[in-house]
Amino acid sequence: MSDTVTLKINGRTITASAGSTLLAAAQSANIYIPNLCSNEELTPYGACRLCMVEIAHGKRTRMVASCIYEVAEGLEVQTVTERILNVRKLVIELLLARNPYHPRLLKISHELGVQASRFKEDVKGCILCGQCVRTCREVVGVAAIGFKGRGRTRTVATPFDKAPADCIACGSCAYICPVKVIPLEDKNNVRTIWKTEFPMAVCKKCGRPFAPEKQLAYFRKIANLPENHFDTCIQCR
Amino acid sequence: MKKLKSPGELAALQAEIRAGRDPKKPCITICAGTGCLAYGTQKIIECFRQEIDKQHLQDRVQLRTSGCHGFCERGPMVVIHPQKIFYQRIKAEDVPDIISKTVLAGEIIDRLSYVDPATKQKIVYEHDVPFYKRQTRYVLGMNGDIDPACIDDYLAIGGYSGLSKALSGMKPEAVIEEVKKANLRGRGGGGFPTGWKWESTRKAAGEPKYIICNADEGDPGAYMDRSLLEGNPHLVLEGMLIGAYAIGSSQGYIYVRNEYPLAVHNITLAIEKAREVGLLGENILGSGFSFDIKINRGGGAFVCGESSALFASIEGRSGEPRAKYVHATDQGLYNKPTNLNNVETWGNVPLIINRGADWYASIGTANSTGTKIFSLVGKINNTGLVEVPMGITLREIVYDIGGGIPNGRKFKAVQTGGPSGGCIPEQFLDMPVDFDELAKIGSMMGSGGMIVMDDRTCMVDVANYFLKFLEEESCGKCTPCREGVLQMRLILDRICEGQGKEEDINTLEWMGQAIIDGSLCALGGSAPNPVLTTIKYFRDEYEAHIKHKKCPAGVCKALITYSVDAEKCTGCHACARVCPTQAATGEKKKTHVVDLGKCIKCGACFEACKFDAIKIL
Ligand SMILES: Cc1cc2nc3c(=O)[nH]c(=O)nc-3n(C[C@H](O)[C@H](O)[C@H](O)COP(=O)(O)O)c2cc1C
Ligand code: FES
Repeated sequence: MSDTVTLKINGRTITASAGSTLLAAAQSANIYIPNLCSNEELTPYGACRLCMVEIAHGKRTRMVASCIYEVAEGLEVQTVTERILNVRKLVIELLLARNPYHPRLLKISHELGVQASRFKEDVKGCILCGQCVRTCREVVGVAAIGFKGRGRTRTVATPFDKAPADCIACGSCAYICPVKVIPLEDKNNVRTIWKTEFPMAVCKKCGRPFAPEKQLAYFRKIANLPENHFDTCIQCR
Repeated sequence: MKKLKSPGELAALQAEIRAGRDPKKPCITICAGTGCLAYGTQKIIECFRQEIDKQHLQDRVQLRTSGCHGFCERGPMVVIHPQKIFYQRIKAEDVPDIISKTVLAGEIIDRLSYVDPATKQKIVYEHDVPFYKRQTRYVLGMNGDIDPACIDDYLAIGGYSGLSKALSGMKPEAVIEEVKKANLRGRGGGGFPTGWKWESTRKAAGEPKYIICNADEGDPGAYMDRSLLEGNPHLVLEGMLIGAYAIGSSQGYIYVRNEYPLAVHNITLAIEKAREVGLLGENILGSGFSFDIKINRGGGAFVCGESSALFASIEGRSGEPRAKYVHATDQGLYNKPTNLNNVETWGNVPLIINRGADWYASIGTANSTGTKIFSLVGKINNTGLVEVPMGITLREIVYDIGGGIPNGRKFKAVQTGGPSGGCIPEQFLDMPVDFDELAKIGSMMGSGGMIVMDDRTCMVDVANYFLKFLEEESCGKCTPCREGVLQMRLILDRICEGQGKEEDINTLEWMGQAIIDGSLCALGGSAPNPVLTTIKYFRDEYEAHIKHKKCPAGVCKALITYSVDAEKCTGCHACARVCPTQAATGEKKKTHVVDLGKCIKCGACFEACKFDAIKIL
């Protein structure tokens, strides 16, 4: 089996590695497709629906999420059609009703020519792209947060809305969030995240707080490191 | 019971059971489906038992508790065999009479017979009841002859002969060919050709292969799958066995919603019985084919009926659809080739194998063969489950079987296809009902819900009602479905409250198409249908709400006022008596009035007035 395939995006012939998504193939060919829930490091999720594209399907065309759909030999893809633009405009207008201020959303809406959302605002901040949930589970490996509720009541939450037992306060969720709505605060040698306080480890050399104790303990455990491994911060090591 | 080791042994057992039964022996069949049980049937069953004991009739009279007969509205009901005398809305007090007079003396008890509301005629026999007469009850009709807890009842009417036929001499490919030739299409909503799906699963690489029976049945008001599982569980098992053999699967699942305790109970019992006699398990009927079934109880979310959400739920993950562009037939449950079919689809399979594809394909239309069970509800005289050949017209269903619209009101629309189906106006009443015709006019077969609406139904309000259901059932994963359906509903709310804007109709149509195009699964992909079809066929009603701030059907509270028609008012005071806010007042025998300042538009006066004197404007 050959490990590259040739396909056409917007009439241009493109070679992509087999198994890659349409989004990745388009991006490496410098073809822009807006997206919000996709992240190369994470399992494709296909929920925001901004990245929809049209593929030829017999005589008709079919709408697919480019962040999940895989490239195939001879596939013909269009990334800007009226049908696609309508979906993207709808999605961004709907998301603006949840979060009318984040620059990333405003940039996409500007690109699509959407001035403002026509829809009733109910500002929640979070756009439910699920990157935090997937990062916690797939990259950090702890699953301290997840989705709760269904439909409009869906939120990202800790189990039973309590202090998350598995959270190591690494802050990856806050870091990955595309619209920066997960509060994280470091103050007085304490990190506050998910409404829970985590003490920070203090460097034995320079005396500065450098990482949450729970996170260091977690690293020591998974990497089988000695108890004193993280006594000093990276700079002092 | 000893295990059956060959098709011959099965045939012998069927014959033995039949020989032991006297077809002339009176048998009182009492419907004990969920619908009738809700009317207190359990107590009536006890009364029959006691009365039979009291009169020492155990040997002369048989009592059979069966599954749903379909005419739930008339429950509790009994059918007395062999004549099939039909009694409806019976009470415990009627039991001694039924036994002494009808069963023993052959006398008909007039007060228990059904009266056709249209002709006012008394009807004695079940097969003469118009509701049944115009149906073609190949699948559901067996329910009346079967106690679901008794495998012998199923065997007595030739049960498991289809399986036996498949296992003795038909290659799996030949079974698939037969199902393809019969042109069976999935009854769970999409109408996908069943034979093709089986073939894809059979040919897919990967072991084991799974087959699943989808009994999630989340459509509000629909209960055909429940009635089949409850009333004739062995039929569904037989269908699955035949499918498993054809596909090459050794493990099946039945995914049944938790709210169906009786269905779960009956199917569990049926599985145990089938194992006992060797119709499930290893080396079935000595053929070398082995198969078994597990039951999975779903949490009851509507979206769990969607295939990828259903797999996730069985695997123990949260029941959310996944955007996957591989077919379940290649990678479904546990990423193995999986064939998912609806309860009713499985229930049709034994018929096809038993009676042949040609016979089956002769029922219905060219591209939609066989029968379909509908759950007929709403503003209609006879509500219940009806099984009709595909291609029957809506008019036949609504008027001939359903008995028309109650209280002489006018037909306005029928909603088919469940919550995300479409509303069909009067102009299509003579259209044949099949998969393709329904799709052509913007609706769908769905799982077979059919809600009839009269002229006092507001179509904007109806669209709003369905959207609200879908909004609450959306899993919330993808943006168009979660936020889009909600925002459409908020616009409809506004229109119903008299705050509609000129551009709303266009916005709704635009949003509807984008939600259909952009949603992750078919829930969002069909959710705008009720809005789009009502706009298409009842646009003037939307315009009346938006431009003239009027609700022509007199439903939307913000847009109507109640007043008294002086010509018609007799001064009977009925309105004043029921009015909770003393808005309707007047002296006896004089024309009454409604004080709009006090009126809360509850509609109590309207309902109470016998002279049509309360006007809605
Ligand atoms: C939101 C949603 C809910 C569904 N619910 C059901 C259901 O309750 N029962 C069912 O048989 N199919 C349901 N389906 C359809 C299934 O996904 C699937 O197409 C069907 O079970 C296949 O069986 P069939 O080919 O025999 O129709 C649903 C689909 C969607 C999108
Ligand atoms: S980026 Fe593809 S659906 Fe969100």
